[in-house]
Amino acid sequence: MTPRSRLHVPTPPARPGQEPDFSYLQLSLPGAVYRPDVTAAARDIENLSLELVRVLDDEHHAVGPWNPHLEPQELQVALRHMLLTRLLDDRMQRIQRQGRISFYIKSTGEEAVAVAAGMALQPGDMLFPSYRQQGLHVVRGRNLVDLMCQCLSNTRDMCKGRQMPIMYHFAEGNIFSISGNLATQFPQAVGWAMAAAIKGEDHIAASWIGEGSSAEADFHYAMTFAAVYQAPVILNLVNNQWAISTFQGFAGGEHRTFAQRGPGYGIPGIRVDGNDFLAVYAVTQWAALRARQSGGPTLIEHVTYRAAAHSTSDDPSRYRPKEEWRAWPLGDPITRLKQHLIALGEWSEERHAQLHKELEAHVTACWKEAESYGTLTHGPFLDPLTMFEDVFRDMPPNLQREREEMRVLLERQRAQAGAAPAEEAHGAPPRAHEG
Amino acid sequence: MARMNMVQALNSAMDVMLGRDPRVVILGEDVGYFGGVFRVTDGLQRKYGEHRVLDTPIAEGGIIAAAIGMGVNGLKPVAEIQFADYIYPGFDQVVSELARIRYRTAGEFHVPVTIRTPSGGGIRGGQTHSQSPEAIFAHVCGIKVVMPSNPYDAKGLLISAIEDEDPVVFFEPKRIYNGPFDGDPHKPAVPWSAHPRGEVPDGHYSVPIGRAEVVREGSDLTIITYGTMVHVAEAAVRATGIDAEIVDVRTMSPLDTDTLCTSVCKTGRCVVVHEATRFGGYGAEIVASVQEQCFWNLEAPLKRVAGWDTPYPHAFEWEYFPGQTRIAAALKEVMEAQ
Repeated sequence: MTPRSRLHVPTPPARPGQEPDFSYLQLSLPGAVYRPDVTAAARDIENLSLELVRVLDDEHHAVGPWNPHLEPQELQVALRHMLLTRLLDDRMQRIQRQGRISFYIKSTGEEAVAVAAGMALQPGDMLFPSYRQQGLHVVRGRNLVDLMCQCLSNTRDMCKGRQMPIMYHFAEGNIFSISGNLATQFPQAVGWAMAAAIKGEDHIAASWIGEGSSAEADFHYAMTFAAVYQAPVILNLVNNQWAISTFQGFAGGEHRTFAQRGPGYGIPGIRVDGNDFLAVYAVTQWAALRARQSGGPTLIEHVTYRAAAHSTSDDPSRYRPKEEWRAWPLGDPITRLKQHLIALGEWSEERHAQLHKELEAHVTACWKEAESYGTLTHGPFLDPLTMFEDVFRDMPPNLQREREEMRVLLERQRAQAGAAPAEEAHGAPPRAHEG
Repeated sequence: MARMNMVQALNSAMDVMLGRDPRVVILGEDVGYFGGVFRVTDGLQRKYGEHRVLDTPIAEGGIIAAAIGMGVNGLKPVAEIQFADYIYPGFDQVVSELARIRYRTAGEFHVPVTIRTPSGGGIRGGQTHSQSPEAIFAHVCGIKVVMPSNPYDAKGLLISAIEDEDPVVFFEPKRIYNGPFDGDPHKPAVPWSAHPRGEVPDGHYSVPIGRAEVVREGSDLTIITYGTMVHVAEAAVRATGIDAEIVDVRTMSPLDTDTLCTSVCKTGRCVVVHEATRFGGYGAEIVASVQEQCFWNLEAPLKRVAGWDTPYPHAFEWEYFPGQTRIAAALKEVMEAQ
């Protein structure tokens, strides 16, 4: 037989109806991975890209050199942030199913990735998230009403109805805008960090990307520019195993860990248990300190699992076993932190149930308020003429002409509908089309 | 006042802005130590240092993305893309990011980035060093698109672009970097020093974005054009003796339709000239805008003269280039139309 080339098509370990199988995951023991000094040379710590930094052990104790030794109060705040993020996600999913918002993306199972990193960074650090880090907004104190109003495209929508739900931004909280075009934020964060270094400022940037979208050229741009200029940036790669229907093998994860791409660029790569709040916190803290001391960038691979569907438009039962989430060997980040606090004697099931109730009531109250500012189907509505604003700082003549054309059109429609313009809520004309 | 060619005028614009505004930074391939393959950034790194004028990796998508991040962080980056033909790896960052960040954040974030890039042919550059992609960018809402035709405008418009709070894609017609070119490659090169627009103030001044200019007054017909073709059109007018009014568009977006239409309504005839390919080209927008306002004043159908709808061929550059002969023929045809 003559040897022939063969096209390899990656196949996930299990499809619907099959037993979940995570034997491909390389796990380290909790506490087993060494913690180098933040000034260590990238080439001397390449092993961190193969190991898995874990702090919480199976008995819910914090062990090993990466233990960040946080106060119980801080852990309780963390638990609150993660639980609030999950309850917000659950509520918004239900609301989408009722047809009251068009779309939603949950971060279920990945709350620690955003919340721990957000808490380990400083308020002046600039965050460039992807669409599954709503926990960052929670950490930075964003009123949930603002997030909900964005999802509703209502009169209080920060995006003025211009973006799909969850494409938030938060200038005051130093969280950049989400685009919807994958991976574009990764090299932008590097540029932001370069500017901070040019200006001699202390702030660093952090960005998040999925393992799936790390296949985009933007990932390579980000890594190259970060390495070349030793930019003060933390590049987080969230490996949640699934990019809609393609498993992490389709992004190149079959052959090397994603963290191993770091050393390829001369950047430290650290692989961390993304469902271990303490481990994510510690690794972020390490990378942030390194960046602030002119140590340059760090690539962090968060090994986690996308417990929910990709989005409300997705049905994962068509491509992966339903039981995978329960079989995930690294558990649920909220349960694990809760158990840790209980083991410390700083929490209880009763207090947890109480917190759950309190946060649910909070989400309900926020939703009621958000709805009062309008929904897709019930007023008050945004004035459609605002769509011509913010294309440029100053409106050019062609947009002025188009706005006038639309204004006349809307007035004609309103006259035909027999509505009285002066009585419209917020002075806004009715929408030209519903939905 | 000094005599400058377009390279020197552009260099002077960046020099002035680097000196005036500490937020201005230059980045791009070979722009730093070497001063750029066309010498447009020559000496700037020596004068302002490596943190203000940065050499970059060969990654146009990375350059534009980094410029966006810098802009978000309060700098005013001027990114050079070495040839307009190389800009496509950065296209997503331009279209989906640069152009939309102000809009999608309802003005909470904005990115004052200028992208400079040499465009156009006539330099034996073949299909990857000759393109004129201005229409592709003019079609994108949220960016301004500019192309000067002489040193005075080049400096004044680039200063306006850098001072602008919105992103600007700035095309530099590289065939006329060193002198106005009338479309005849066999004639000796003419330097800018003999041209009135080669006289350029040393210091700060600006030419407003969004304004076309009548560069030759006339009454028989209107030629609407920009970049290198302004000079080719002028030569064709001299050759035919037709008393044409020539309008230099200067800004593709936002388009100064008033200046264009005022001229065409006056003359009643119009020829649009550009070097870029014709189908879906920027001339289509000009023709549509002009006929919307000038239809009842028109004496003849509007006519376009443009690059053929093929890639720019290396060996047949001068057959491809819409030179004086083709423009002259179009002028006569439009004048003779009843």
